[in-house]
Amino acid sequence: MSDPVHLKTSPHLRGAHSVDKIMRHVVYALMPICLFSIVQFGLSALVLILTCTAVCVGTEHFACRLNGRPTTVGDWSAAITGVLLGLILPPSFPLWMAAVASVVSIGIGKLFFGGLGFNVFNPALVGRAFAQAAFTVPITTWTPAMAHARFKEFIPSTFTFPFAAPPDLRPWMERLQIDGFTGATPLALMKFDYVDTESAKLFVGTVAGSAGETSSMLILLCGLYLAYRKMLNWKIVASVLASAAVFSWIFWVKDPSVYPTPLFTLTSGGLMIGAVFMATDMVSSPVTPLGVVIYGSIIGVVTVMIRLFGGLNEGVMYAILLANAATPLINNLTQPRIYGAVRRKKEVKA
Amino acid sequence: MSAPEKMNLQTFTQGLWKENPVFVMMLGLCPVLAVTNTAMNALAMGLATTFVLICSGFLVSLLRKVIPKQVRIASYIIIIATFVTMADYLIQAISLEVYQALGAFIQLIVVNCIILGRAEAYASKNGPLKAVVNATGMGLGFTFALLCLGVVREVLGGGTLFGMQVMPDRFQPWSIFVLPPGGFFVLAFWLMLFAAFEERKQKKGVTA
Amino acid sequence: MSDIAQDAMELPPQPSPFRLVGTLGGIAVLSGLLVVMTYQWTKPAIERNQREALERAVFSVLPGAVRSEPVEMTGQTVFAGFDEADRRIGFALESEARGYQDLVRILYGFDPDRQKIIGMTVLQSTETPGLGDKIIRDPAFHANFEALDVSREVEVVKSGAKTEAWQIDGISGATVSSQAVGQAIRRGAELRERVLAFYRGDQTNRTDQTNLTERGGQP
Repeated sequence: MSDPVHLKTSPHLRGAHSVDKIMRHVVYALMPICLFSIVQFGLSALVLILTCTAVCVGTEHFACRLNGRPTTVGDWSAAITGVLLGLILPPSFPLWMAAVASVVSIGIGKLFFGGLGFNVFNPALVGRAFAQAAFTVPITTWTPAMAHARFKEFIPSTFTFPFAAPPDLRPWMERLQIDGFTGATPLALMKFDYVDTESAKLFVGTVAGSAGETSSMLILLCGLYLAYRKMLNWKIVASVLASAAVFSWIFWVKDPSVYPTPLFTLTSGGLMIGAVFMATDMVSSPVTPLGVVIYGSIIGVVTVMIRLFGGLNEGVMYAILLANAATPLINNLTQPRIYGAVRRKKEVKA
Repeated sequence: MSAPEKMNLQTFTQGLWKENPVFVMMLGLCPVLAVTNTAMNALAMGLATTFVLICSGFLVSLLRKVIPKQVRIASYIIIIATFVTMADYLIQAISLEVYQALGAFIQLIVVNCIILGRAEAYASKNGPLKAVVNATGMGLGFTFALLCLGVVREVLGGGTLFGMQVMPDRFQPWSIFVLPPGGFFVLAFWLMLFAAFEERKQKKGVTA
Repeated sequence: MSDIAQDAMELPPQPSPFRLVGTLGGIAVLSGLLVVMTYQWTKPAIERNQREALERAVFSVLPGAVRSEPVEMTGQTVFAGFDEADRRIGFALESEARGYQDLVRILYGFDPDRQKIIGMTVLQSTETPGLGDKIIRDPAFHANFEALDVSREVEVVKSGAKTEAWQIDGISGATVSSQAVGQAIRRGAELRERVLAFYRGDQTNRTDQTNLTERGGQP
């Protein structure tokens, strides 16, 4: 720094937003969703989100220290990964498994690739994908929303002893006398039993599901705030939602008795939180204008395909991971033409 | 390696550690990832490969002066394929369960590059006894590597070892470890461990 | 590598084509001999293993069976199982359906008298360990197949919701795999019809025979 001459490479024009400022605002935008999640699922959701955040930040800090580098937790990105991971896990998820998923998120999902800016995949989704493959039963165990006593006691599986299997939740649900809850999310009900859920309920979010994915309305509002602050690429969100809606509309028109309405597709499951907070991850999404649309459409179409024809009832996670993997390719194929340059073929013709 | 050297302990231990086919040479990774979901499968696969390695090494070494250079690869492949077919029948005769668990990977021993590599690089240049000793070392090294993966994957993925319960009843199995991605994770973990170990040894060698 | 480079430079005298073909031929003959010897030697053991595996499967789906016998149906072989008194208990039928990851192949015991399924075993599946693979061993799930009514369409219901004899209690968390087993059984309806027709024909033939012997006539 004592050198008086500063030599810098481009870019010389910088936006007003620094990395940590954007990240901080994303955290602000996630706060209402966390709050709603806690209101809906109670104490268990609170400790789940806190655990994920703490372990993610801790892993990042520890790994940086281990490599003898200055810690990078100050850029808030580990905190975002942690909060997001907490929001996309089921509220009853045992904390020790959430901690494992967090370590995988930051360790394998981000640091192995070289840290923020080098990760190919969205770290939170890497953690969730690992948990999905490792703990198949706990990650598909759902608890009802708005259960009474949710502020007085934890869901019994929350404090499962590390490395032990979570207890059966049925006695707990019976004790709480939760009637009519079958342990299925609206998506599972639709897929396996063709039972529709009220759109209003889905929109507001008083349904079973991952801790923070249920309220489409709230997620959309938070997304709008970020888009307004120009901290989120609204084109990605729009193309994900539009392609999912159009694609599911085609099937719905064909056979409304089996296939869900486009509105159901948009408001159910994790599509909204995936589109707004995961697909828009700046590191793992394309940068070209056309590429953004292609990327979003891949996510929308693949999600609907997995939901309608795959073995799983939810496919947002795999759709986004797949599109993440395709991002470098999309970027390469959609490089805009340099102003004034002519295509090679035309050149030959001329 | 082509220089005729005297047979010593190195001939045998080479494959076990210093030139371990999986951890050092990274050969034959396809079965390493595919059939190590249980320790039993890993052991069966390792032994089948060892059998093929030893027998083909012996025969190639016996015929090394007869086989003209131009057709050597073709000859080696026929010899290897012969022993693989024999291994295939033998495993079926011993246990159909193991045979079904290993699936196509027994037949695929034919294209396992460790075996052709050994035939080409060692057996075709050394006497039968040396070839057999070396092949045994390599085979055991391969089996050892497979077992390293198989044991970790079975214990973590199912809480069992060779089909016997080793973890407490309440243990939550991490099913990812018996699924294909688990193979990659565990292999990476072992490679990391090996690399760290080697690095440490080298550092010590420098300071000493 | 260096060897190849050297060869290219020095160009040693080419051996005659006859020698090349001869060596390969010789090795091929040797290889053939070895393979045939092993084949002959292991054949009895392999056949015994296969028979045992099949019998184990057939006996497990036909409780009480001690002997089985293949019966050719059009397009498919089924196995009739007999108990100690050599009475026919039922038939073991194979079927398959798409599961969560791949085809689920099952073998089930069919009692044509009562039109019931009396046992089921999974022959082949690659369902998710810890979840879908419960269809292989879960005792509660297998209890469904001790007396499953197949005189009408079989239905897979949610875990614990079984009320009728033709319903299968699914495994919670493994809906797709449970459905696959149900689907496989539904798909077997046509084969069961054929088995039933064969069984009835067999029954009448047998009555005819007994009638003949009772009358003292020779068939």
